[in-house]
Amino acid sequence: MEEGQIARWVKNEGDKFDANETLAEVDTDKATMEMTALSGGTLLKILKSGGETAALGEAIAIIGKEGEDISALLAETASNGGTAAKSEPPATAGGSAPERNGIDRNEQPAPATTVEKPEELQLEKTSAETPAPRIAPQTNGAQRSEVSYQQSTGRMIVSPIAARMAADNGIDLRSLTGSGPNGRIIKRDIETALSSLVSSPKSQVGRAFVPSTVVGASQFREENTSQMRRVIASRLAESIGPIPTFYLTVEIEMDNALALRKQINATLTDNEKISVNDIIVKVAAMSLIKHPFVNASYQDKSIRFYEQADIGVAVAIDEGLITPIVRGANLKGFAEIAAEIKDLAAKAKTKKLQPDEYTGATFSISNLGMMGIKEFTAIINPPESGILAIGGANSVPVVRDGAVVIRNIMNVTMSCDHRVIDGATGAKFLQTFKQMLENPVLMLM
Amino acid sequence: MALLTIRDALNQALREEIIRDENVFVMGEEVAEYDGAYKVTRGLWKEFGDKRVVDTPITELGFAAVGVGAAMAGLRPVIEFMTWNFSVLAADQIINHAAKMLYMSGGQFKVPIVFRGPNGSAYQVSSQHSQAFEAFYANFPGLKVVMPSTAADAKGLLKSSIRDNNPIIFLEQERMYGLKGEVPEDDDFTIQLGVADVKREGTDCTIVARSMTVPLALQAAEQIQKEFDVSVEVIDPRTIKPLDIDTIVNSVKKTNRLVIAEESHYFASVGAEITYQVMDGAFDYLDAPIKRLSCAEAPMPYAKNLEELALPNVAKIVQAVKDVCYL
Repeated sequence: MEEGQIARWVKNEGDKFDANETLAEVDTDKATMEMTALSGGTLLKILKSGGETAALGEAIAIIGKEGEDISALLAETASNGGTAAKSEPPATAGGSAPERNGIDRNEQPAPATTVEKPEELQLEKTSAETPAPRIAPQTNGAQRSEVSYQQSTGRMIVSPIAARMAADNGIDLRSLTGSGPNGRIIKRDIETALSSLVSSPKSQVGRAFVPSTVVGASQFREENTSQMRRVIASRLAESIGPIPTFYLTVEIEMDNALALRKQINATLTDNEKISVNDIIVKVAAMSLIKHPFVNASYQDKSIRFYEQADIGVAVAIDEGLITPIVRGANLKGFAEIAAEIKDLAAKAKTKKLQPDEYTGATFSISNLGMMGIKEFTAIINPPESGILAIGGANSVPVVRDGAVVIRNIMNVTMSCDHRVIDGATGAKFLQTFKQMLENPVLMLM
Repeated sequence: MALLTIRDALNQALREEIIRDENVFVMGEEVAEYDGAYKVTRGLWKEFGDKRVVDTPITELGFAAVGVGAAMAGLRPVIEFMTWNFSVLAADQIINHAAKMLYMSGGQFKVPIVFRGPNGSAYQVSSQHSQAFEAFYANFPGLKVVMPSTAADAKGLLKSSIRDNNPIIFLEQERMYGLKGEVPEDDDFTIQLGVADVKREGTDCTIVARSMTVPLALQAAEQIQKEFDVSVEVIDPRTIKPLDIDTIVNSVKKTNRLVIAEESHYFASVGAEITYQVMDGAFDYLDAPIKRLSCAEAPMPYAKNLEELALPNVAKIVQAVKDVCYL
């Protein structure tokens, strides 16, 4: 066990508790464990609320005597990221609050060797993998001032060789906790990260992509991944490369969509006419908004949910292919999408695309229908979680209401990142996509 | 190989060079009839006489000047200062004349002279007799500065210094005259100036030490290896100027950590210079700030306990290595 996620707090801030009472439930890799108090006291402050993850030894709450001044402790945990320094084993964990009476911490700006203070609850490594509270370590004045310096500057402190090794190995320094003085990230920390990188391929995701800060890219919110989601992610990734991909194929009857296109184009000039692909882009974008898990990205410890559907449209060019992006396609009309794709494709072919026009999509579409392809699978463009492979719409005999009729059938295969999208999640998205294409009037709902 | 003290290794070097080159002569206070204050010139006056081994009055500026003139005239003087503390009286000759002559005469006058004697602390000789001058002399262009730490280095480097055509500041250490070491028994054994020596190979931390701190660093390295399983490399630059920075930089690129131990004061010291040059050459390879141990910022105390506290020692070096290794 290296970290745990607070499933929920059983006690609230201000609650009193006795020894052996359950304070919180913690999700570990294996199970949800109850965290019980070793001694009585009051839950003064929760530092990690339900859903948040804490590393072993990281402070998750402060317990002590009711009304006790915890400002110094709060400043300390805030400035060192909640990670307490190494402390003695919890032999003294029974120290009770009343013993700490009569000490005015406000008059001791630079405590000497021993500082009486409320306890920090920490996740602790035990043989039973059961988190247990213990007394926080004593911090001397010198260490404290170093810590507050780090806080005031907000700078990340990295030794030169550590920075170089991180760059060479594609390690995101922000994902590391430094073990040197002032939290300095040193060579040892990189070596540790490298060894864990070898053992768990999921960490590679961290280096894949830093979201574009380009204006116009989708805003997003991030929700912490559950412990189960992380295990699924790492196990599946170990199975198939860095992105555990699976494929879902659906047949879509395109007659209504083709009719819609015809009606729309009848009102437009030649330059303005829309293609089937433009309709697909719009429908996909609208479906994505209804299925946030498909319009999302796996970020190692969280899943990033995008607020708008920025659709990458694969365009073949002489050297290969590029995916210019229709930003906020869910918000745009067919004509607008058509004009935009035309413009982007032209720029792509003349290599005039700006980076913000082809990086940072939330989902992609690859259409080989016009090249006579009936069905294919496409490769996900990380950190997106899915891509639609659109085949050509062909007239085929199908059975409808007991009679054989001719319909235009289009095969669509979605490649899904299993770390984010489960089979049923992907299927539901495709269902919406299919329904909307088959009955475009649903787009109005 | 012969097992010699540093004192005898220096004596051999002088004797061999006096025999090898008739222009070589030794001059200084009590170097002849008394065999030298520290017996480095023992037996030389008896063997070679007044012309090659010359006693002088207590006039550092005077005999340093005679030496510089003799060198300009084609001889190869070896000038002994009873200690380098007394060289400050002769500093005008060393810095303003010996170091400048080749340049200011447009290359017409070489000054092949060696100034030598004990440098740094001894045993309770107090403030005026315990100073380390390497940074002081290394600061001036035109001088080479040499600091041996073993008997073999002492002999090989002194012979190279005598054969060199530039003024040499040759810094011995009184505490080390009795240290024994294997010395090659070859009349022509020399060690090239400007080449550092890796006294101990290691992978986790580099210590750069010179003169008296070399044996201390080696002891510290052994202790750290035993206690912490940390492998320490010890480098002795041997020549302070020109400095073999490449050997040091390459070592730091390997170990990522550097401790410098020196007997001199810290301000603008050789350790400070090495720190800059390592920063310049190996910045991207450092895992910790370079740590430096120098003499306390005070005139050397006479009291034995205070003298010990003022100087680097094995325990201090061990602690510095632990610091840079985050142990």
